[in-house]
Amino acid sequence: MEIAEFKLLVQDRLGESAVLSIDENATPKALIVAANQIKDICAYLRDNDQSYFDMLSCLTAIDNGPEANTMEVVYNLYSIPLEQSLMLKTFIPRDNPELETVCDIWKTANWHEREAFDLFGVKFSGHPDMRRILMPADWVGYPMRKDYIEPEEYRGMKTIREEGDPS
Amino acid sequence: MSQRIEYKYRPENLNESAPGLYKESDLKREEMILNIGPQHPSTHGVLRLEVVTDGEIVVDVIPHMGYLHRCFEKHAESVPFNQALPFVDRMDYVAAMNSEHAFVMGAERMLGIEGDIPKRVEYIRVLVAELNRIASHFVAIGTYGLDIGAFTPFLWVMRDREHIMRMLEWVSGARMLYNYIWVGGLFYDLPVGFEEKCAEFIQYLKPKLKELDDVLINNKIFVERTANVGVLSRNLAINYGVTGPVLRGSGLKYDLRRVDGYSVYPELDFDIPVGTGAMGQVGDCWDRTFVRVQEVKESVKIIEQCIEKLTKEHKRTKDFDPRAMVPKKIRPKAQDFYVRAENPKGELGFFFRTDGRSDIPVRCKARACSFSNLSVLADISRGYMIADLVAIIGSIDFVMGEVDR
Repeated sequence: MEIAEFKLLVQDRLGESAVLSIDENATPKALIVAANQIKDICAYLRDNDQSYFDMLSCLTAIDNGPEANTMEVVYNLYSIPLEQSLMLKTFIPRDNPELETVCDIWKTANWHEREAFDLFGVKFSGHPDMRRILMPADWVGYPMRKDYIEPEEYRGMKTIREEGDPS
Repeated sequence: MSQRIEYKYRPENLNESAPGLYKESDLKREEMILNIGPQHPSTHGVLRLEVVTDGEIVVDVIPHMGYLHRCFEKHAESVPFNQALPFVDRMDYVAAMNSEHAFVMGAERMLGIEGDIPKRVEYIRVLVAELNRIASHFVAIGTYGLDIGAFTPFLWVMRDREHIMRMLEWVSGARMLYNYIWVGGLFYDLPVGFEEKCAEFIQYLKPKLKELDDVLINNKIFVERTANVGVLSRNLAINYGVTGPVLRGSGLKYDLRRVDGYSVYPELDFDIPVGTGAMGQVGDCWDRTFVRVQEVKESVKIIEQCIEKLTKEHKRTKDFDPRAMVPKKIRPKAQDFYVRAENPKGELGFFFRTDGRSDIPVRCKARACSFSNLSVLADISRGYMIADLVAIIGSIDFVMGEVDR
């Protein structure tokens, strides 16, 4: 299916406002979708016979930096029987990044969303187990944000190496 | 005078580590929390499992990782593509060639030079990647036998793996972290005499695989321990994003080397083995191990064909330069890109975002196969014995370097 058909497919069901635009430049081609409808869009794209995206390959967040003041969450979908792929992108505000979870549509999203929360601070509402996954539970800050400053100390241990220290 | 030992488990510890999942009041009186790992051979490196048990039965498993977290993504977003390559090696350190191949392929496709790579380079890439796939599967099969008490197969496959390690060391100069496949080419052409040595090794390996079948796969004790254990249905596997031999063990013929047909795989002849439930149900631990052993045989086929091509059609010539296509500066146009490849453990994907102005990616996310494969653990181990849990962990075959990145 072409990207324009996916756009029409989603818009037919969930209204004009569901899809904001198309990114032809991305590989696979991407739909930029409304953040508040993300769960419905994902559920519809999985269950529809024409799209049938039964696998969520990758879920990731992107920080656009303090100037742009936005964050993106990117979903890479793949359909095993139809052999087609699609990218979904959503924009969310950087000061309050919150999005509905899709982990009851694809269970694999559970850990991926936890990772996005851990490293970017994107909160997924409705997630059953929203806590850090890679960093320690009491770590301060979100390391993958563009303006993140590494703390000098964690539990009495120095985290910043001195100049010339080989350790 | 004997002192009474008072044992008291502390459910509040569990409250701290998994607050959303369990409350102290949820635990029944007979239930107990058992910590397995970290840093124990049966947890395959640095993985801690918090197991809620009822007697010997596993009620729930909560995996904790992050002990090996080295911030691959942060590193990859601070250095150019070619300098990020050594970090890619360190993700799946038992199959570094395959990870390199995936990463390099992504960079090449973004630059649009994918079609210009000489055929000889592509065949060498596939050759070393398949050698490494065999080595990786050998670690998986060997340590899996070790997990459930079979020591001999471990020694045997490690002996055979050593030959591969030596050959790859000969190729690249490093034992495990090769940095051999470069964006646009290779670090160096194959050393003189490599093709012949490799063909010799294949002849040596073939009868050994038959031995492996007899001593492990069809061994009665092994079958008893693994058949009907940790059954993973196909739908659940897809829903969890499980790929690689674990998904194929559940009976789905899904291999990216065939589905996507990247590199020179479409020109090569090989089958995709799937689990059939020959010893129990489809998708049990035995099926997963069986698929791995069969894949080793398929990789042997691929290597034979690559050697054939490299010695007949795409011969070594004096003026052949494997670095001819290596770009001076890797600066792709601004775009989002998702690339994936079939690693020994499943689908390894890389998501890149480049801004077109610098040669450092704005965002580089590694979609690691082990990460998704491990997430299914809790669902397939509920209701089995604790000893079976060890068998299930081993059958998934994850590398913690890739889970934590």
